[in-house]
Amino acid sequence: MEFFLNRYRNLSVLVAAILAQLVLLAYQVKTNGDVRLIRVWAVGAVTPLARVIETGRSGVSHFFSDYFVLLDVRDDNKRMRAELDRVKMDNQYLRAELSTADRARSLAIFQQHSPSKTVAAHIIGNTTAPGARVVFIDRGSNSGIEPGMAVITPDGIAGKVTKVFSVSAEVLLVTDQTFAAGVISQNNRVHGTFKGLGYEGSGKIEHVQNEQKVDQGEWFFTSGDDRIFPKGRPVGEVTTVRQGKTEKEIFVTLSGFRNGLEEVLIIIEGVHAAIPDAPVTNQTVHLLAPPPADASTPMIQPLQTGPVSTDADRTKEQYRKLGQQEGHVYGERSNGAPNYNTPLKEVKPADVKPNEAKPKEAKPKEAKQDKP
Amino acid sequence: MTGFSEGYREPLRKERNSMFNVAVITGISLLAILFRVYVSRFIPYLQYLELPLLITVYFSLMWRSPIAGLFFGAAIGLAQDSLSHHPLGMFGIVKTLVGYFAASMSLRVDVGNPVLRLVLGFFFFFFHQLLYWVLANALLGETLGFEVPQALVVAILNAIVAVFLYQLLDRLKVTG
Repeated sequence: MEFFLNRYRNLSVLVAAILAQLVLLAYQVKTNGDVRLIRVWAVGAVTPLARVIETGRSGVSHFFSDYFVLLDVRDDNKRMRAELDRVKMDNQYLRAELSTADRARSLAIFQQHSPSKTVAAHIIGNTTAPGARVVFIDRGSNSGIEPGMAVITPDGIAGKVTKVFSVSAEVLLVTDQTFAAGVISQNNRVHGTFKGLGYEGSGKIEHVQNEQKVDQGEWFFTSGDDRIFPKGRPVGEVTTVRQGKTEKEIFVTLSGFRNGLEEVLIIIEGVHAAIPDAPVTNQTVHLLAPPPADASTPMIQPLQTGPVSTDADRTKEQYRKLGQQEGHVYGERSNGAPNYNTPLKEVKPADVKPNEAKPKEAKPKEAKQDKP
Repeated sequence: MTGFSEGYREPLRKERNSMFNVAVITGISLLAILFRVYVSRFIPYLQYLELPLLITVYFSLMWRSPIAGLFFGAAIGLAQDSLSHHPLGMFGIVKTLVGYFAASMSLRVDVGNPVLRLVLGFFFFFFHQLLYWVLANALLGETLGFEVPQALVVAILNAIVAVFLYQLLDRLKVTG
């Protein structure tokens, strides 16, 4: 044995090292656990350096943009962007509430229920695994972050926290192939499971039966079923819907990555919201240009100022003046117009003549449809 | 016979061994991993550059000791595993084997030759990617794609980078 170990010393050490790592791997897979100590060491060694470099990079970048390129515009832009993000979130929350109740009630609900409590974080690095969509953020357990917390942007969902260290955390992005979240469609309230495709910008919805109705252009929102994301956060817009063998093949364009992924929000305390009936904010709305002034079209001038205010009043006034010139009162017969508010006399069956038994049904005029 | 061959080989190997400062080795290893984590965030194409692997190959070639090579590879691999969401050991096993084979090869070839470095860089990158794919499929049951043409192209690019990187690292050797 001693001779064997001496003769094949290198090979023996190699086999021992491989076996040790295989046992480590098997332990983690079997127990679904983690060897936290090694990760803490590695993350503790790398992330402070990444933070320092990121601080230096952003500092140099800001210096040039502040003093040489845009002077104070960058500060304004940053402030306005932050304000816009806040307004977007408030707007979305209000829209959700307005769709389920009247304005006063929804405002009361909004006052009663504070929106989700979040913590802002900056992305400081990517993962080392090939093909994985995992990033590191500069917030950890010191900031109250816990594994399983939802990560969002003002435009939609971004991922979930998978591992937490003292000053950093690992976030699995929604684009990763192993990511899943419960979703619900906006119009037809179809439940499904969102899954990442492994590349930016897109995902798919699974577990939607062929019999269920999902339209192209329809929005999917988080359903809250996964107990990670609060209900009512936008996920994405359906770009493709196909019939599959038993389930539909649905692909969506993610809304959370619209404006890049530099800063994210981690939901510390989530608040469920209703699925809005109105289109999602940020949707581009096409507005026609105002009509040009046309000289041939006669402009209707207001007849007079004062108590006359509506079109009907102005028309009535026009006819009154015309009637004064003709010596006639328009709109009045000899006995005046009948008062339709007085109750009708009861008509006895004997009084009704046979030919008058059936009232004539007025033929409705065919309405002309204006073609657009 | 064995004693004679070992006695003959040992002084020759020590004579050709390259020495590096511990701080230099630690610093380069950290920078390589940091590059993989940080720089690829801003320039996505650089995520194909496997610097931790390239430095594993380099130090293993320079030390000419299979045991040192495999331990260095295991350390770099485990550090890389720690920064991924995979279980620890995937990169560790692959880089352990790379370190061992690179050091074993250095006992037989002239590791200072740029052409040979290019070939070794290409070979070990392809071996690394293939072995990782095999392990991910076999041990973790993942369905990772492995496109041979793409892997070959990326291996060539890494080999070219390796030649220049190794020239740079040669300057950090401790002399005297």
